Amino acid sequence: MRLGFNFWLGAGLTALVIFAGVLAPWIAPFDPVLDADLMSSELPPDATFWFGTDAQGRDVYTRILFGAQISLTVGIVSQVINSIIGVTLGMTAGYWGGWWDDLVNGLTNVMLAIPSLIFALAVMAVLGPGLPSLLVALGLTNWSWTCRIARSSTLSLKSQGYVQAAQTLGYGDLRIMFTQILPNMMGPILVMATLGMGSAVLSEAALSFLGLGIQPPFPSWGSMLTDARQLIQLAPWVAIFPGLAIFLSVLGFNLLGDGLRDSLDPHMRTRSP
Amino acid sequence: MTAPLLDIKDLQLGVALGQSIHPLLKSVSFQIMPGEAYGLVGESGSGKSVTSLAVMGLLKKPLAVSSGKILFKGQDLLALPKREMRRLRGNRVAMIFQEPMTALNPLSTVGRQIAEMFVLHQGKSWREAKKLAVEALSNVRVPNPDRRAKSYPHQMSGGLRQRVMIAMALACNPDLLIADEPTTALDVTVQAEVLRLIKELCAERGTAVLFISHDLGVIASICQRVGVMYAGCLVEENETRALFDTPRHDYTRGLLGALPRLGSRSQHGRQRLVDIDSIIADRSKLTDTRFIAPRGTEGSQP
Amino acid sequence: MFRFTLRRILQIIPTVVVVALLIFVIFSVVPGTFAASLFADGKRAADPQMIARLNEEFGLNKPLMERFVAYVTDLAQFDLGTSFRTRQPVFDLINDRMWASLKLAIVAMVFALAVGVPLGFLAAMRPGSVLDTVTMIGAVSGLSMPQFWLGLLAMYLFALQLNWLPSFGYGNGSFQNLILPAVTLGVTPLALLARTTRAGVLDVLNADFIRTAHSKGMSEIKVVRWHVARNALVLIVTTVGLQFGSLIGQAVVIEKLFAWPGIGSLLVDSVAIRDIPVVQGTILVIVLWFLVINTAVDLIYAAIDPRIKQE
Repeated sequence: MRLGFNFWLGAGLTALVIFAGVLAPWIAPFDPVLDADLMSSELPPDATFWFGTDAQGRDVYTRILFGAQISLTVGIVSQVINSIIGVTLGMTAGYWGGWWDDLVNGLTNVMLAIPSLIFALAVMAVLGPGLPSLLVALGLTNWSWTCRIARSSTLSLKSQGYVQAAQTLGYGDLRIMFTQILPNMMGPILVMATLGMGSAVLSEAALSFLGLGIQPPFPSWGSMLTDARQLIQLAPWVAIFPGLAIFLSVLGFNLLGDGLRDSLDPHMRTRSP
Repeated sequence: MTAPLLDIKDLQLGVALGQSIHPLLKSVSFQIMPGEAYGLVGESGSGKSVTSLAVMGLLKKPLAVSSGKILFKGQDLLALPKREMRRLRGNRVAMIFQEPMTALNPLSTVGRQIAEMFVLHQGKSWREAKKLAVEALSNVRVPNPDRRAKSYPHQMSGGLRQRVMIAMALACNPDLLIADEPTTALDVTVQAEVLRLIKELCAERGTAVLFISHDLGVIASICQRVGVMYAGCLVEENETRALFDTPRHDYTRGLLGALPRLGSRSQHGRQRLVDIDSIIADRSKLTDTRFIAPRGTEGSQP
Repeated sequence: MFRFTLRRILQIIPTVVVVALLIFVIFSVVPGTFAASLFADGKRAADPQMIARLNEEFGLNKPLMERFVAYVTDLAQFDLGTSFRTRQPVFDLINDRMWASLKLAIVAMVFALAVGVPLGFLAAMRPGSVLDTVTMIGAVSGLSMPQFWLGLLAMYLFALQLNWLPSFGYGNGSFQNLILPAVTLGVTPLALLARTTRAGVLDVLNADFIRTAHSKGMSEIKVVRWHVARNALVLIVTTVGLQFGSLIGQAVVIEKLFAWPGIGSLLVDSVAIRDIPVVQGTILVIVLWFLVINTAVDLIYAAIDPRIKQE
């Protein structure tokens, strides 16, 4: 398995986000919510406030560190939910076939017909804003591709000798699925989840930016940008740094996912040197 | 004696790895006379296909000719400007490839793909070219050429597709046809038909053939002379009959021994298929020798 | 071809029905709370009398089955219901705003195609070149960029600092107002198109039939025109179809950012005030558009690739 420069760049960026999120309470110079001070609002970046301050006088750098926690939580939890749903449906559909397969296929097609951000919006409309709703909304949104991949891998694995051997030995369906099939398709599923983390972080940012996700005053990168439109002329740093944080973390997940995919599947590798 | 149509002189080529060129062909020379069918035989990796690609000027990037000459009607193809080479390619020297499945564009009708030849080399309009394409199809004995010209490759069998390739290659009456394992991917019965077609059409038109195969039997049925390639060298060359009767090189003997023969059963009543211990040794260790170094002679007793 | 077309068009219907059903189910899981939350703006407690009146007016007190039947009957007559907030028919609300959205989406996609496809093509023709490297770095960055942030920066630079373009609004449909939102919205599909075009063209260039084409004595340009372009188009068309979905989704955010009067901003506003009939209707219309575009893409695909129609 050869991992290229892109993979390591992605891994580095991801590590940086994890580092920022986990260590935020210790390394952040201020409190992300409580240290609001209107006297020091909209200050440009300096030695005290590395990334400047926002309209309420809170330190943008501190809020970005804490924002990493939310992005990471959303990315990881939503992709775990997605993978569980996608793998369970896809694997059973591919393995059992018949009406269950038709049903899952139909459901997948319907889900693919709804743009994912729109679906997440609908769920947020029902559940109301907040982190738990976001996790549910984004966890329910992107499983269709995972499901398709799980289904087609199962279909091809089903005809493999060792799976048929296990069937002949009288192993139960579930046991075969979890011991023989699942481990053999973890690669592509992991790639999907890594790339999915990127799009989940983007969706969270978009929803929070619209005021439907994480609510102020909690520091989500997306919600930090909500006020930026009004502030951008006076205090551009309020817009620049949170966006940069989103960009770099999503770039990290995407490069990581691309790198994993290239190393798992040499066919997908672009053929340039 | 007439001048040779194709005269390959000391051709050397290899894979360019950084500064150095890792050799694949070590000084290969042979000639093909006008109208002659010449066979190149050898196992995969022996350099037959690269030789033919070099003649066509179709070597792809890491591959490059390092020295030698390829004279076609006295002109050195290696020194020819790109445009001149393009005018020659397909027109005077044409090629048929091994895989009839993938050698045709799946999104174009076969009629159009043949017609391209007339548009490219004879300056015909598309309309005329399409008519000529139908004619070309009937020349390779495709039934219903009118209708077939409008079909797509995926609607055809492998044999039919290879006929389309032949029609395309012979469209402009080339002087030389290069056939790179044209029948390997086909069924045995279809193989014989396609071989007969190539043989008859080329004889009719006086087209010379450079026929490449790993199968001596196929070569024998079509070629007057044979060159045997092994590890990038032309190790033996002779009239087909003479080569069969008195093989001079160890490797040729090995090849002949590997041919299954009817009626030649061994005393146990069963014929043993012989194979050549066929791992090409590390090329860099083969140096310039023209002899087989670490290999068995006949059969596969290691 | 006719039967294929008809079949693909008919396939839309069941999907729309299931989506409509799904939407109804989603919005009925928490029954009765909408009316309450509609008035709960956080400042004062909801007035129980008003809640009761609203429940009465919109039939929210009726049993689920009855509401479902009413919903389906209305839908069959293209009646998407009435807005909780404005009391206007949802159909009219959407109809007023749909065309602005379509204009934005189409211009964005055309921009993405016009820039992304040639870039991917050129990159593939010279793999490893400076152009290729820059294009691929640009593509992965474009895919990782939050679009609304890019829009925000573009707004700052081109509208507020340089004063070249209006910063937001519809501007009575003037082209200048369209530029910033359309370009911003087009960035992600542009990046993806550049990437897939490059991969697709590289794949085609390595195909055996390209070697055949060269062996015919074709010039590089003719090889590209006669054999590469069409085959790469198949992949491009598929990508466009898939990307339209995420483009429509992103359009919601971009419309909001640039105060573009489309159904995207209608949807966001309605979600914020929980005007459920509008939310349901908007989502249904968006899905319908997406399906129509995907079907069109499938038909184009079939017209290009003769192997599709056979199955």
